[in-house]
Amino acid sequence: MPDVLKAPLVVEFPFTRSLGPVQSAFLTGLRERVVLGVRTGDGRTLVPPVEYDPVTAEEIRDLVEVAPTGTVTTWAWNHEPRRGQPLDTPFAWVLVKLDGADTALLHALDAPGPDAVHTGMSVRIRWAEERSGAITDIACFEPNDGTTAQPSGHSGEFEDQATGIVAEARLDYVYSPGRAQSGYIGALSERRIVGERCPSCRKVYVPPRGACPTCGVATAEQVEVGPRGTVTTFCIVNIKAKNLDIEVPYVYAHIALDGADLALHGRIGGIPYDQVRMGLRVEPVWTEGGRYPDHYRPTGEPDADYETYKELL
Amino acid sequence: MTREIAVVAFAQTDTLRTTEEQSEVEMLMPVLHDVLQQTGLKTADIGFTCSGSSDYLAGRAFSFTMALDGVGAWPPISESHVEMDGAWALYEAWTKLLTGDADTALVYAYGKSSPGSVRDVLTRQLDPYYVAPLWPDSVALAALQAQALIDAGHTDEPELAAVASRSRADALSNSRAQLSGSVPHGDYVVRPLHRGDCAPIGDGAAAVVLAAGERARELCERPAWIRGIDHRIEAHSLGVRDLTDAPSARLAAEKAGAFEHPVDTAELHAPFTSQEVVLRKALRLDDSVRVNPSGGALAANPIMAAGLIRIGEAAARIHRGESDRALAHATSGPCLQQNLVAVLEGDPR
Amino acid sequence: MSKEPVAVVGIGQTKHVAARRDVSIAGLVREAAGRALEDAELTWADIDAVVIGKAPDFFEGVMMPELYLADALGAVGKPMLRVHTAGSVGGSTALVAANLVAARVHGTVLTLAFEKQSESNAMWGLSLPIPFQQPLLAGAGGFFAPHVRAYMRRTGAPDTVGALVAYKDRRNALKNPYAHLHEHDITLEKVQASPMLWDPIRYSETCPSSDGACAMVLTDRRGAARSPRPPAWMHGGAMRSEPTLFAGKDFVSPQAGKDCAADVYRQAGITDPRREIDAVEMYVPFSWYEPMWLENLGFAEEGEGWKLTESGVTELDGDLPVNMSGGVLSTNPIGASGMIRFAEAALQVRGQAGEHQVDGARRALGHAYGGGSQFFSMWLVSAEPPTT
Repeated sequence: MPDVLKAPLVVEFPFTRSLGPVQSAFLTGLRERVVLGVRTGDGRTLVPPVEYDPVTAEEIRDLVEVAPTGTVTTWAWNHEPRRGQPLDTPFAWVLVKLDGADTALLHALDAPGPDAVHTGMSVRIRWAEERSGAITDIACFEPNDGTTAQPSGHSGEFEDQATGIVAEARLDYVYSPGRAQSGYIGALSERRIVGERCPSCRKVYVPPRGACPTCGVATAEQVEVGPRGTVTTFCIVNIKAKNLDIEVPYVYAHIALDGADLALHGRIGGIPYDQVRMGLRVEPVWTEGGRYPDHYRPTGEPDADYETYKELL
Repeated sequence: MTREIAVVAFAQTDTLRTTEEQSEVEMLMPVLHDVLQQTGLKTADIGFTCSGSSDYLAGRAFSFTMALDGVGAWPPISESHVEMDGAWALYEAWTKLLTGDADTALVYAYGKSSPGSVRDVLTRQLDPYYVAPLWPDSVALAALQAQALIDAGHTDEPELAAVASRSRADALSNSRAQLSGSVPHGDYVVRPLHRGDCAPIGDGAAAVVLAAGERARELCERPAWIRGIDHRIEAHSLGVRDLTDAPSARLAAEKAGAFEHPVDTAELHAPFTSQEVVLRKALRLDDSVRVNPSGGALAANPIMAAGLIRIGEAAARIHRGESDRALAHATSGPCLQQNLVAVLEGDPR
Repeated sequence: MSKEPVAVVGIGQTKHVAARRDVSIAGLVREAAGRALEDAELTWADIDAVVIGKAPDFFEGVMMPELYLADALGAVGKPMLRVHTAGSVGGSTALVAANLVAARVHGTVLTLAFEKQSESNAMWGLSLPIPFQQPLLAGAGGFFAPHVRAYMRRTGAPDTVGALVAYKDRRNALKNPYAHLHEHDITLEKVQASPMLWDPIRYSETCPSSDGACAMVLTDRRGAARSPRPPAWMHGGAMRSEPTLFAGKDFVSPQAGKDCAADVYRQAGITDPRREIDAVEMYVPFSWYEPMWLENLGFAEEGEGWKLTESGVTELDGDLPVNMSGGVLSTNPIGASGMIRFAEAALQVRGQAGEHQVDGARRALGHAYGGGSQFFSMWLVSAEPPTT
């Protein structure tokens, strides 16, 4: 059996997040070096300000400015910063209750070492040089001399209020398709298409997925199928997909390879798109370096009778 | 009069640092076979199937659809899925059995943490506007909670280390565990938490069969009756919560009837030693209670399955006659945000 | 012990649009939930538990977003469940919530489903670059179009039927203030002339991509007795699943769909769905799925579904109106789409559907499906309480 495959999988997207009014005001405030909280019905001030009271669930909108100084309520020393975190040198994670607030904000504290950090210590915001209306407009906290900065008395209304953030998110995975699919992919590199037979119902699965999905048992017996097969159904694609370099129109088909008990999917070439039909007999066309057949082309055999493939659409 | 429902079988994989030679369904399937074999049931005999897993852990959308291949869902089955730990899938199945629509349920959960970096993946659970952009990892958040506990005088680092060593020692009797025996406490990961204070990262799967009333007695010599089960959630932001307490765990325990009679055993889903401290207090577990005889999440923590495994481990002790009344707990979210408590009992011996 | 009857006493939706740029994710779900509570004249304190559903977390890039949404949905201190069953999730979520009431675990439950597709895009979420896998060669419609061709081949349906469905649903949407697409100048000719994207599916026969949320308040008999407006009563509900791909799978009329419908009809005592059901909200993401599901759900004999569509039976003033709200073809916040079907069915039997109300609708079916035509969830609601 060939070795099990694995390869990096990067899941990355710049999410476009729209903001509600409270978040918009708070993040715009950070851009302008103003920290806003939100007042609850019972008079508590929540910083960072949320849209809904965590206790009563009431919608809260009453913004109030708090100071850029505050007190550490708990901390944790992070000697190995990770990608995306606020500082790339060792720092403390802190929850900080800003002066004037009743709840704490999570951020980083730049300090020389863990011995310089304690719960109850006084800290102040270090603003980022470039600010765009995001939580990262606070570069981090830094030790403060204990003086309380005064809020500027800001109304909470700004020109050019931020309405959204772009949240870049990248996660790195190592993907392994497992035993059965590794075997299938390994055979493809020899231009063979190899499925697996269910020991119970005897159906041949291509590609094999490790389990017979109707019997719930492992498939193991390898069975080479094709290379010829029958187009069981198809569509004509007229719009260009972003990530594909294929001229439209082209035909995307379900192909039941001879010996397989279900169809796989592929592109049909070597025939005008409008002449492709259900029942067309085809064979794979491989190209140098391609993992999968580039496309399937007509074999020239007579079309298959509908009755022979109607269960394989 | 509500229906009596019991856990009648439990199976799990070994929890391993990596199972890269197996796809999810390849990892899961033996557990499904095992749990069905224990009861003599086949997929077609099961009234309802429910599973728990996470796309973010897998790095693929709709990852649970391929896991269904392992069930053999043909003819079609009555089935549902929660994007939560399997303990909540069990809760959904329990409600289904309560309605009388089904007499048996298959519950399964699986998680492969090895493909990604779990510490980073879990940051995607956090407030997407104010917190997730800072990428505070799961150990960092737990460390903030641990420091709050130390500051409040609820624990100290040596006591946390003792929780770790007790758990791994207990895990010696658990052949499925990933970490057992004498495990060095290691350096700080995020201070005050050492390597040894953190659950190992691993892949695994688990499955449970539930059955109602007489059906349960037919399928299991000593069913683990679910006397109560409840779950509660807290506010999301760490800054509005008292991190030294778990009021949602306490409330769930109260609603599940945990405080009506003492339990002899508790399986707690505490991926960090400090969280066991919080949970013991919230759940009012004193030294008379055997906590995490399996080694708990500190010995094996396949995310998405680890909560279901707590219920399974507690039930298995009742099946074996090693417990008469046990509490099982599952958690989700940063710093014990969401908690589930089940109270299981065996028939009098 | 018989089950507790389940009543729908509150329904709320957002105005579905391509991008809600004025709200956070919390703000979006809150809007629907708030409207459902208002409809039921209840407050957050009246809700015992919250059951939320959505399609893959990658769509918004938030893992288990219910953790963050707990505050916005008044769930703090309460049970909160998160369901994910692919495209059928909106329906499944409602059924999980209904079971909490039916099992007498809770008296009143808020259930909600949402998608905020504008945070990313669905095609990205659906086509992550999984190593070794053959890239999806044809986009979203390319998955469905071959099945439509198979249906046409099997039934001999003329290729004009799909456009009729799209024309009907888009006109119905004009009567639904919450629908995403309001194409005031729609004509059948325009549908027929729209570009052929995935032959045999034209652009106008495809669903849009929407931001939206839908919520319902479900309650027991006591709660229904206090309801300020007529409740909708659940008479049957079921989920069925089959594998994604398997030898012998019928993508045109999946067995799981047939079994699910049969279970719901059995529970509701329905023997002739065509006669006994007054209106249907079914999950039709591409126009041709209407005739396909008409057969799958037992409203037409095999091969005959397209004739009902062609003869106008499924029009708003027809004998069996289908997708009075405009359906998925007019509104598609993926995770919420199934719940919208369930909610719109309930609106009909409550007589609360406004301009798209079917006169005298007493029994309506809500239908959702997802995955590779493999996950089904349905419920049947009635203006009358169940007799047992």
